[in-house]
Amino acid sequence: MDYLYYPGCSIKESGIAYEESLTAIMDVLNTPLQELEDWNCCGATTCISVESDEAIALASRNLALAEKQSNSKGTVDLVTPCNACYLTLMRATHYLSERQDIAGKVLPALDKQGLHCDNRVRIRHPLDVLVNDVGVKAISDHVRRKLTGLKVACYYGCQMVRPYATFDDPHRPTSMDQVMKALGAQTIDWSLKTKCCGAALGSLLPDIVEQLCHDILREAEKRGAEVVVTGCPLCHFNLESNQSAIRKRHPDFKTIPVAYFSQIMGLGFDLPPKKLGIQRLFIPLPASLTAGAGKGGEYVTA
Amino acid sequence: MTERLNRHDARRQADFDLNFGKEVAEAPGGENLYECIQCGACSGACPMSAYMDHTPREIIGMIRSGMKEDVLRSETVWLCASCYSCTVICPRQIKITDLMYSLRQRALKDNTYPKRIPLPVMARDFYKMVHRHGRTNEGRLMTNVYLHTNPFDLIRQTPLALKLWRHGRMHLRQESVEKPSELRDLMQSVK
Repeated sequence: MDYLYYPGCSIKESGIAYEESLTAIMDVLNTPLQELEDWNCCGATTCISVESDEAIALASRNLALAEKQSNSKGTVDLVTPCNACYLTLMRATHYLSERQDIAGKVLPALDKQGLHCDNRVRIRHPLDVLVNDVGVKAISDHVRRKLTGLKVACYYGCQMVRPYATFDDPHRPTSMDQVMKALGAQTIDWSLKTKCCGAALGSLLPDIVEQLCHDILREAEKRGAEVVVTGCPLCHFNLESNQSAIRKRHPDFKTIPVAYFSQIMGLGFDLPPKKLGIQRLFIPLPASLTAGAGKGGEYVTA
Repeated sequence: MTERLNRHDARRQADFDLNFGKEVAEAPGGENLYECIQCGACSGACPMSAYMDHTPREIIGMIRSGMKEDVLRSETVWLCASCYSCTVICPRQIKITDLMYSLRQRALKDNTYPKRIPLPVMARDFYKMVHRHGRTNEGRLMTNVYLHTNPFDLIRQTPLALKLWRHGRMHLRQESVEKPSELRDLMQSVK
């Protein structure tokens, strides 16, 4: 099966480690990702705050480009790792099929540029692909460095599972937990898996977002997690970059590393940390997790 | 009593715009607006409602009553973090998050958005950047927003920017699509 890949702006910048690690693990799993040519910004939740029709046209251009680039005459799978892009592209597919007034403007406008949107694109989160196409069994078959005893908190964020996704539960998802368990890691049971981190408000309302992130991180820490694992560049950024401010306000708060699920997978596949962008994390992962990775070194829990 | 009136600024029925509810119901997100039973599940699920001037439930009630001014000037509309907790929990399937987008558009058009918070400015700056280049650059976007709202924030955020830079997580180059003018035409033609 061929997978087209829509990176989005954040993943090329602050979330670059997500792209590096995701490409690396997908290659190991023989599921290479082919980047969508000439993709444009999805518009996130921001363009639709200014104008709906334009926002849908913007996102739909990517859908049309995917249909054009794919060899498939049927369904085209577009893998979208950023939660915000995932939601936004998914919203475009829904608006195009549910709002005739918007589709009636957007589709002819795309046609004029030689682009066609026939509702053939399926937006897929990499976790959906990993659990439902690749399979947990195939993932555990590729583990070269079992992460037995590592305690992780799987943090899904909002837009990966709400409101359109059908591959997992909107409040208590399990796909990331399944992937982590396939690596031998232990996942903590907690209720804040899909509690909002503040998303795009992060840099503009620091006091509020700091509190939201504190709630999430404190809970993960209380339940014994060594690492918080995410699948979204925005969640990752908020949870990581707010920790120094949280420490100032709550001196008893201990920092906790935040990594992408694909980075942890790469460490379980025994890939070199540099290939996974581990050095880009602000808060380093436990030394036991990274030492010896990529050199056949076994993982020994601290 | 006087204090209460001052604090809440009494509203007069005569000032309400009875068409407002109907207009909002026609825009995306407004589909089931009149199905709302005011149960408050949305406000309970909302991670931001504690910081809002009106909870999402109140906003729906206010829209239906025609309190246009108050709704379009409210911070609530901009504090929504798009987490969709309300949308999936609503027993009447009201798309509350999408409703907030429609209200933001209206507030920007009518120039009634709250000036105290930087979010409306960020929405416009983001939109402009995408319009011009087809892609966004996080560092440049935030610089624009801070310059347009509170330049002092630029200084406050410098350590973070340097940290991102040192870790190879920030680029100065503005990426763009191959033909930004075509993308602009596309957006212009649906306006």
